[in-house]
Amino acid sequence: MPDKMHIKVTVNGQDEEFLAEPRELLIYALRERLNLTGPHVGCETSHCGACTVIVNGKSVKSCTMFVGQANGAEITTIEGLGSPDALHVLQETFREHHGLQCGFCTPGMITRAHKLLEENPNPTEEEVRFGMAGNLCRCTGYQNIVKSILAAAAQMNGAQEAAE
Amino acid sequence: MIPAPFDYYRPTDIAGVIALLEEHGDDARVMAGGHSLIPMMKLRMAEIPHLIDLQDVAGLGGITIDGSEIRIGAMTTQADLIDHEGLAAAAPILREAALQIADPQVRYMGTVGGNVANGDPGNDMPGLMQCLDAQFTLVGPDGERTVAARDFYEAAYMTARTDEEVLTCVSFTAQPGGAAYEKQKRKIGDYATAAAAVQLTREGSTCAAASIAMTNLSDVPVWSPAAGAALADTPVDDSAIKAAVDAALADIDPTEDNRGPVKFKRHVAGVILTRAIKSAWARA
Ligand SMILES: Cc1cc2nc3c(=O)[nH]c(=O)nc-3n(C[C@H](O)[C@H](O)[C@H](O)COP(=O)(O)OP(=O)(O)OC[C@H]3O[C@@H](n4cnc5c(N)ncnc54)[C@H](O)[C@@H]3O)c2cc1C
Ligand code: FES
Ligand code: FES
Repeated sequence: MPDKMHIKVTVNGQDEEFLAEPRELLIYALRERLNLTGPHVGCETSHCGACTVIVNGKSVKSCTMFVGQANGAEITTIEGLGSPDALHVLQETFREHHGLQCGFCTPGMITRAHKLLEENPNPTEEEVRFGMAGNLCRCTGYQNIVKSILAAAAQMNGAQEAAE
Repeated sequence: MIPAPFDYYRPTDIAGVIALLEEHGDDARVMAGGHSLIPMMKLRMAEIPHLIDLQDVAGLGGITIDGSEIRIGAMTTQADLIDHEGLAAAAPILREAALQIADPQVRYMGTVGGNVANGDPGNDMPGLMQCLDAQFTLVGPDGERTVAARDFYEAAYMTARTDEEVLTCVSFTAQPGGAAYEKQKRKIGDYATAAAAVQLTREGSTCAAASIAMTNLSDVPVWSPAAGAALADTPVDDSAIKAAVDAALADIDPTEDNRGPVKFKRHVAGVILTRAIKSAWARA
């Protein structure tokens, strides 16, 4: 059995250290070692996006990254975006526009949408659909997810303009 | 899904990678973005006792454009390709093809080097690189050599690269004229049912030269000189396009799978290639 690795990561701004076999998938390290159960295991085959987190500024399916690979990385999960007392704009708009039903895909959706809006603060509907193509939803039919993301973009841009 | 255990290495230079490959031979494998390799390891279709992560290796990144000479480092991701304005101006077909690969999350991780070295007939970059007549640079214990994309693929997952070699970059000369990459897939994130890369040059109202390659229609990418020749010295009218498609269909060898029976794939190949030729010609 290969040795365990000393893993150091920064997750949602907090330094974390633990020992793990390098083959452990990042999603399990997050969920089972760090108790960050926001990112979900949907397909476990790199298709559904429910496990999406941000690793060093990239949207990543954490079921398709070894924890060894993530060693040294800066990671953001849905828990790092908002909290029940201080919802992220995307969490607000998903609630407002019924961007979720069962909610299983939602952490991955919002984490991905957050990165998408960072890269493209003012996307068209088509750009939202293309940029969210790595996230599957079994419930909503996507319409309200797209609406929620567009609403968040409008709100964030409005806040920006007001600040200027 | 838990892959078999492995020792994990993260060397910082090529010499370190090659030393590990020499030491462990068949038991070692490099990993770039991991988005072909990790799924295979999870399914235990690949067991790799010594896994060498390339993410910290110096000198494998970057896109350089020197006139029409283009060099793309192996660790350049599909997302990097899409974001690079200089590349989009010099060789727009790369962005066009990269946008049709997988989905955003996969494109942040999947690299050009991994895509061309993998040898999976479903990968889109190999056919594209054959169309562009790209050269692959390989570095191994005996130094550096280049292999043409058109000579690189031997069978599914079998390439001209030896186990001790690392693919460090892909380079090609951008051609004037028009190019297009067209792909039919069942859904976003799917590999091609059929895809075609076409590059052609125009002289007045005729096509001076054409290069045509196809993806996922054989156990290797298929570059079809006969299809290209069928367009040369023609006005790229319907009969020339039909001749090119007939020539390309004679060179492919698709097999039945969950993307459809052979007859369907040949039909789709014809439709996609026709579209790619028309699109490339309109841009030439
Ligand atoms: C859901 C999903 C959908 C996808 N859809 C598509 C698609 O439509 N089209 C497509 O083309 N691809 C698709 N892919 C594959 C994706 O593009 C891969 O990322 C890519 O094929 C491999 O790149 P990588 O950097 O991830 O390589 P890895 O997975 O790290 O490596 C792949 C292979 O190449 C070898 N290798 C990697 N880098 C080097 C190097 N520098 N030198 C020598 N050997 C090397 C590795 O040893 C391994 O054998 C998809 C993947 C997923 C998960
Ligand atoms: S669980 Fe990772 S993509 Fe589905
Ligand atoms: S809300 Fe149920 S899967 Fe998306």
